[in-house]
Amino acid sequence: MTELTLRATLADRQRLRHLLQEYGVYAGVVVLLLVNIAFTPHFLSTENFRTQAVQVAPIVIVALGMALAIGTEGVDLSVGAVMALATSLLSLYLGYGLVVALLMAALGGVLAGLASGALVAFVGVQPIVATLALMVGGRGLALVLLPQLKDVRNSGMNTLGTGSVLGIPYLVIIAAVLAVVVAFVVRRTTFGRQLLAIGDSRAAAKLAGLPVRRVLVIVYVVSGLLAAVAGILATARLQASDPTSLGTLMELSAITAVVVGGTPLSGGRVRIGGTVAGAVLIQLLTATLIKHDLPPSWTQIAQAVVIVLAVYAARERGKR
Amino acid sequence: MNGTIAEVPAGEKQVFPEERGPGRGERLSALAQQHGALLTLVVAVVVASLCFDTFLTGDNLEGMALSSSFLAVVALGMTFVIVTGGIDLSVGSLFALGGVLAAWGSRYGTAVALLLPLAVCGLIGLVNGLLIARARLAPFIVTLASMLGARGLLLAVTDEGANTYLVDKSTWFTHLGQSKLLGVGVPVWITVALFLLGGVALRRSRFGQYVYAVGGNEDAAALMGVPVARTKSYVYTLSGLCAGLAGALNAAWLASGVTILGNGMELDAISAVVIGGTLLSGGAGFLSGSLVGVLLLKVIQNIINQIGSLDSSYQQVVSGAFLAVVVIAQTWLARRRRRMR
Repeated sequence: MTELTLRATLADRQRLRHLLQEYGVYAGVVVLLLVNIAFTPHFLSTENFRTQAVQVAPIVIVALGMALAIGTEGVDLSVGAVMALATSLLSLYLGYGLVVALLMAALGGVLAGLASGALVAFVGVQPIVATLALMVGGRGLALVLLPQLKDVRNSGMNTLGTGSVLGIPYLVIIAAVLAVVVAFVVRRTTFGRQLLAIGDSRAAAKLAGLPVRRVLVIVYVVSGLLAAVAGILATARLQASDPTSLGTLMELSAITAVVVGGTPLSGGRVRIGGTVAGAVLIQLLTATLIKHDLPPSWTQIAQAVVIVLAVYAARERGKR
Repeated sequence: MNGTIAEVPAGEKQVFPEERGPGRGERLSALAQQHGALLTLVVAVVVASLCFDTFLTGDNLEGMALSSSFLAVVALGMTFVIVTGGIDLSVGSLFALGGVLAAWGSRYGTAVALLLPLAVCGLIGLVNGLLIARARLAPFIVTLASMLGARGLLLAVTDEGANTYLVDKSTWFTHLGQSKLLGVGVPVWITVALFLLGGVALRRSRFGQYVYAVGGNEDAAALMGVPVARTKSYVYTLSGLCAGLAGALNAAWLASGVTILGNGMELDAISAVVIGGTLLSGGAGFLSGSLVGVLLLKVIQNIINQIGSLDSSYQQVVSGAFLAVVVIAQTWLARRRRRMR
């Protein structure tokens, strides 16, 4: 065997691995779909697909913001708490009308993101720690504002949660539109390029004169805002504000979706299509295990294993 | 660069004749970073004892010491992890898992009640360590995954949380949690002993030197022959063992394995360590600071409880805000000292 052919096979193998890492998440979704179609009774129904899609929508929205944060080599652990904060604010201000309530909930998310972003960009605190403080403090604040579960009786919220256009629920449409917008921003705008450059090397980006601090603050504000939107939508779906449990472990699901979707934790790359597919994969995995009567504890363990495997796979790509 | 100077006692520090020693400002910054927590603790205790008659009573102090001891044991392992520049988010889940396993195991004797949680939690810690040290995965994501996984395991063991295992009140194991020695609870004594041991290990042993070296500069440590991967594996194993043991002691004290414990405990432990002067960037820190950090958190919690009209959600707000303030202050002090040098 000549050296040339050897090199060719190596290149082939590398390309194969690259393909698998880039498109593995889509393959995973297809495999899970096929398995479910074959083995899960009543899986192939419009009703079921709608349920799954509605459940995945908040995860997708939160994961979009998380993808941006991870793209800058950061992370946002506060997203679950921000969802809870948004739902509390929503209930608190619903008396002043739906628009005011929605704006206050969104404002809560923006302020939370501003706080994390300022800590990361101006004080130089590691993103994990900056957002960890908000992860606990934010949920505490949500509970101070609204100590227990409260029903949301509002026709607008009701429509938002249960309405649909051409059979597609509003929640799904909103998530899809947001995904397209974020993908456009990442790929086609100067801001997107600056974000990726910062994730690649913060020092180099600073030397190149990029507005590093501004971009970082905007990223965390966007992440906070998206988490608040997810909190609003989840509230609309449940028709209740539950600051105790809304968004718990959401940070984990979002990080998993992002990482499984091919965005490396080391920053510099963002895969929005992969992130959406990653969220779908998690939702399908959970649904599959639950439908086959495995208790929730096993879905937790399975999700933990998936995270580690995905991160392990991403590590190989970094070495290439 | 990374604040290791704070670690060198003044007497041992090399001072070149042409160089002046650390300036007064720098010394003050170093002092604030190291002993700020102790000072704050003293102030908090004085304020609390002036405001509340019930604060400086034996019962209250004893209760605080006892409830601090479990968090302190968790913070002990966390200190080692953070000094290496890592983080362990799984301790809350491991604490709860350890408690449940201990309570379940207590029916087979005290040895099982102690060894089972240590074995399982130590093993999970070891897996964390291997994934972080050998497979070079990010610590926060590995331990976030095991936080989820351990909680799942806990739910599986307890039939989705429906089963609470009770500890037989007359066994040796319950004595471990509930008995007193010289008027102080046994868990407090165990904690003090562990901190003395840990302090010696961190400051006086070769392993301790490795821990500082890995956190200071991993590449340089590897070049100097420090077994970086092994040190990291040990550190996460230690953290798992500490969390499991703390859970077991807590189960012995409560005489049951409670499934809902440990939520947010990782934050309390990290806060305590950081408040105690250990830098999150690694390479610098000390155990006594973590103990002070735990006590400070408990005193603040106690004050909030004494006020009474504030509900417990405020504790979360306060500890979150407190962590943010301390981290900002630390980053500021570190930057200030760097600029002065």
